[in-house]
Amino acid sequence: MVKTLLVILLSSVLVNNYVLNKFLGICPFLGVSKKVDQATGMGLAVIFVMLVSTAATWPIQTYLLDPNGLGYLQTIVFILVIASLVQFVEIVLKKYIPSLYRSLGVYLPLITTNCAVLGVTINNIKDEYSFLESMVSSLGCGLGFLLAMVIFAGVRSKVEDALPPKSFSGIPITLISASIVSVAFYGFGGVIEKLFA
Amino acid sequence: MKNKASIFLNGIIKENPVLVLLLGTCPTLATTGSVVSAFAMGVAATAVLFCSNIVISALRKAIPDKVRIPCYIVVIAGFVTVVQMLMEAYLPDLYNMLGIYLALIVVNCIILGRAEMFARKNNVFDSALDGLGMGLGFTFALILMASFREVLGAGSWAGHEIAFLKNYTIPILTAAPGGFFTFGIMIALMNKLTKGKAPVRKSFSCEGCPNAAACRKVSCEAEVKEEVNNG
Repeated sequence: MVKTLLVILLSSVLVNNYVLNKFLGICPFLGVSKKVDQATGMGLAVIFVMLVSTAATWPIQTYLLDPNGLGYLQTIVFILVIASLVQFVEIVLKKYIPSLYRSLGVYLPLITTNCAVLGVTINNIKDEYSFLESMVSSLGCGLGFLLAMVIFAGVRSKVEDALPPKSFSGIPITLISASIVSVAFYGFGGVIEKLFA
Repeated sequence: MKNKASIFLNGIIKENPVLVLLLGTCPTLATTGSVVSAFAMGVAATAVLFCSNIVISALRKAIPDKVRIPCYIVVIAGFVTVVQMLMEAYLPDLYNMLGIYLALIVVNCIILGRAEMFARKNNVFDSALDGLGMGLGFTFALILMASFREVLGAGSWAGHEIAFLKNYTIPILTAAPGGFFTFGIMIALMNKLTKGKAPVRKSFSCEGCPNAAACRKVSCEAEVKEEVNNG
């Protein structure tokens, strides 16, 4: 039991990293990764939203949609639930925990239509995870996102100082450095299976 | 009539959503490992974009401004579900190939972006043309990128083997890192070819993104401050 959960956690952090391996959540990855502190804030907010959305969408799919044969409504229902939930969390945070709102709140609306969040909720259903497994996998994906963001922000601060050829400056060089970071994560493939074999 | 043609062509060349506007990066990177999946993704997204642009444009006077984004999302999610069901029924192989990325067309910023930037301000016919043009531009860019990755990475094109390349493949191009690399090279080429005539963007475009209002607070404002400080 613990072993399964550990495998799910580690493989979603390292091997199936959402950003670097599955290309989900590329916009915030490239857009908000200029400074390490911004990247950390965004990453933490994503972890939070992923956990909350999974906690909401898993029961909806299992107890509401599936028994009534409404599985095909998954896409519509999930995106609406996530969007309204994020809005709700934002309002609650603003009212009751303003200190947390100041550090994470600005990132919340950004995440509403982030494909990584919708992706993780759909993937949990697709992989037929139990509720606990789903939560662990969401935590893992969120941590993987945070890890990728922070590493990439570090790499990018070095790239900003370099002078690439004119046509490469800006986005192209950012993408190529992302490719090199992605190669590093590519190396984790197979590690997890061998580790727990 | 010339005006209509330019609306249509705008999306294919001048404002190509992928290569110039830099929208929809996630599916661009994810589905271009092979030409077939890139084509399928392009067609599915074009269908959704075309339909949602028509409906949103037709409803543009009925949708209140304050809740427009949720309304757009519902319309788009509806069409995505239709496309998903059709593909599952008639093209199950492609459906499995695209997997989760098909459902994620909902949050593709090209579609929301066109609703926000074009369909809510223009009439139904123009919006339909814009949707078709943008969709074709998206498909074209995906196929171009997938061709590069599949030919050099797997030595084949759309599944047909290219004999003389068979022993000289670079497999990493079809894997995740190759996606970032190819996309970077393509944008650099685009910059070089247009000599900066196309709107060269220093950062990811905010215009088309429905989250721009929130995002500006975080990254764009910080950038502006930096620019001011730097002179």
